[in-house]
Amino acid sequence: MTKVALIGAGKMGISHLSILGAHPDVEVTGVSDTSKMVLDVFKKYAAFPCFTDYEEMLAAANPDAVVVAVPTKFHASMVQKIMEQGKHVFAEKPLCMTVEEGKILVDLANKNKLVNQVGYHNKFLGTFREVKKLIDGNYLGELFHFDGASYGPVVIRPNQGNWRADPREGGGCLMDYASHVIDLINYLFGPVTKVRGSLLKSFYSKNVEDAVFSLLEVNPGLSGTLSVNWSDETFRKMSTSITVQGTKGKIICDANELKVYFKTSECPAGYEKGWNVKYLTELTSPVDFYLRGEEYSSQLDYFIKAVEGKVANTINTFQSAWDTDKVIALIRQSAAGSN
Amino acid sequence: MERILFGDNQFFAVNHISDEKSRAQSIQFKDDKAILNTLDIAREAGINTFMCTTHDRISNICDTLRLDAGKYKDFTIFPCMPYAHKYANAVTELGITGTLKQYVPGNFFGSLFKGGVAYLSKDYLSIMELLVDAEMKMFKGLRTPIIFLQNVITDLLLGLGMIDILTAFHSYVEKKYNAEAGFITMNMPMLLQKLETAGIENPIICSSINLAGFRMSGGKELYESVLKTKKVRAIAMQVLGGGAIKPKDAIEYVCSLPNIESILFGASSKINITQTAGFIREFDEKYRTKK
Repeated sequence: MTKVALIGAGKMGISHLSILGAHPDVEVTGVSDTSKMVLDVFKKYAAFPCFTDYEEMLAAANPDAVVVAVPTKFHASMVQKIMEQGKHVFAEKPLCMTVEEGKILVDLANKNKLVNQVGYHNKFLGTFREVKKLIDGNYLGELFHFDGASYGPVVIRPNQGNWRADPREGGGCLMDYASHVIDLINYLFGPVTKVRGSLLKSFYSKNVEDAVFSLLEVNPGLSGTLSVNWSDETFRKMSTSITVQGTKGKIICDANELKVYFKTSECPAGYEKGWNVKYLTELTSPVDFYLRGEEYSSQLDYFIKAVEGKVANTINTFQSAWDTDKVIALIRQSAAGSN
Repeated sequence: MERILFGDNQFFAVNHISDEKSRAQSIQFKDDKAILNTLDIAREAGINTFMCTTHDRISNICDTLRLDAGKYKDFTIFPCMPYAHKYANAVTELGITGTLKQYVPGNFFGSLFKGGVAYLSKDYLSIMELLVDAEMKMFKGLRTPIIFLQNVITDLLLGLGMIDILTAFHSYVEKKYNAEAGFITMNMPMLLQKLETAGIENPIICSSINLAGFRMSGGKELYESVLKTKKVRAIAMQVLGGGAIKPKDAIEYVCSLPNIESILFGASSKINITQTAGFIREFDEKYRTKK
């Protein structure tokens, strides 16, 4: 049994906790949160040991691994303390508020040889994984253009304040929403190296951007657009998509549906010339416990297996999340420059 | 329970395989009239139970069902609560406490939070009951013999080990609404085992059951063995695997399984509704003698 503790029982934290609670190889040895009400509910109806102070919890619960699901501004200090105690960490995304903070965590994870993972769950979706396979197999030829997009209904009216509306806590569409798409672009096409121009726009929020539009460059031959807007209520929930065009064809992919166009019959097994459509139904691997999407269970299962030494810790490492943080910083710089 | 239940995902752009299709459905069902017309097509196909989420727009549909009570006298509704995105989006925007303040009716929370820590001693099950009442308001006067808890809540509580809340829901809907509780889940074998342990016998459980094994946590074989050996009133949903399985094969698979009391499906067009209902009746006939 792997002993796991969780810090931060908010929306993502509770979801992680439920998945961990159902995991056959996990014993949840502690949950910490600053909300008395949330802890009170856990004390009454669940069996997890509860703490208001996370450091106290680390000492008492002595976990092998810790899931950190607190607002981004707390990541740097908390994750550092946890790793200094030799514990493996799964942190929510994005990694840190700044590139400097992220570097400390990346170095510390490497130095202490700890399993380190960040919750960019799209990489655990069968659809995006298939895109990665097709691109790495060079089936699309030389890539020249991509469009990465994400839309959803997070802020659809002038909003009341919570941490997602506070730039000092890691709120805003760039860190909260666009980070997913940037991370996916980095994963599929290699890290973004230049940002040619960006707009950070606010429609409803006073202190943060509600949309991010950017021109990204991976290398001189391959560039594309980033279009992210969390104030779009025509989407029922967050919808992320990637389109990429190469000399041999084109891919349009979202979480559920993969559409691939091949110009010739020179394509991998299971595909043919022209359009091919595949669904998550056939591309996803089953999970032992499902909540909200296979990807949420798969990413935690992967983390636990990495802690147990059963899989290599290569997907969504701090390093790859730090690469995403760096692109976030580049986008901020370019947006500031164009104002 | 009727053998065939009509679902509502198509009305609210819930499409598990295609965002494009989901937008097309959102346009097709913009007007409530379009929803009512589709329900009428289902009724003509002999389907008289509508299993629907507590989406705001269902409230308008319920108004029509009450106004035209004669026409809909045989019509039954299985409410499924809550419409989770309403709450999920609210939690993102308002936080957990803010969401409860917004959705728990009356000044229950207003007065609680004024006291700062006064709520600590409160019984959270009464909050659950108030939320159930708020969701049930729109169905007043309509026949709702089974009330379901949506999978995102059932499964969240299942993972957290909060089975007491599931059993409290079970007894509350019985006491207050003279209804049976149903549970929607993506983890049927695990849920059944926990409910049995908590003393709920032969529960109504609606879960994904399909030829592709899609969203059947723990695996298709485990589900098949549970259906063969355990006492459960099973409803099969996502039988078409979100549209990825050929309808005829999909329906034959589900009809061939033992112990499935009802089959839930949703469709937008007359041809798909009558075809799917037709397949269910055809394969039921075929497997009746074999079971």
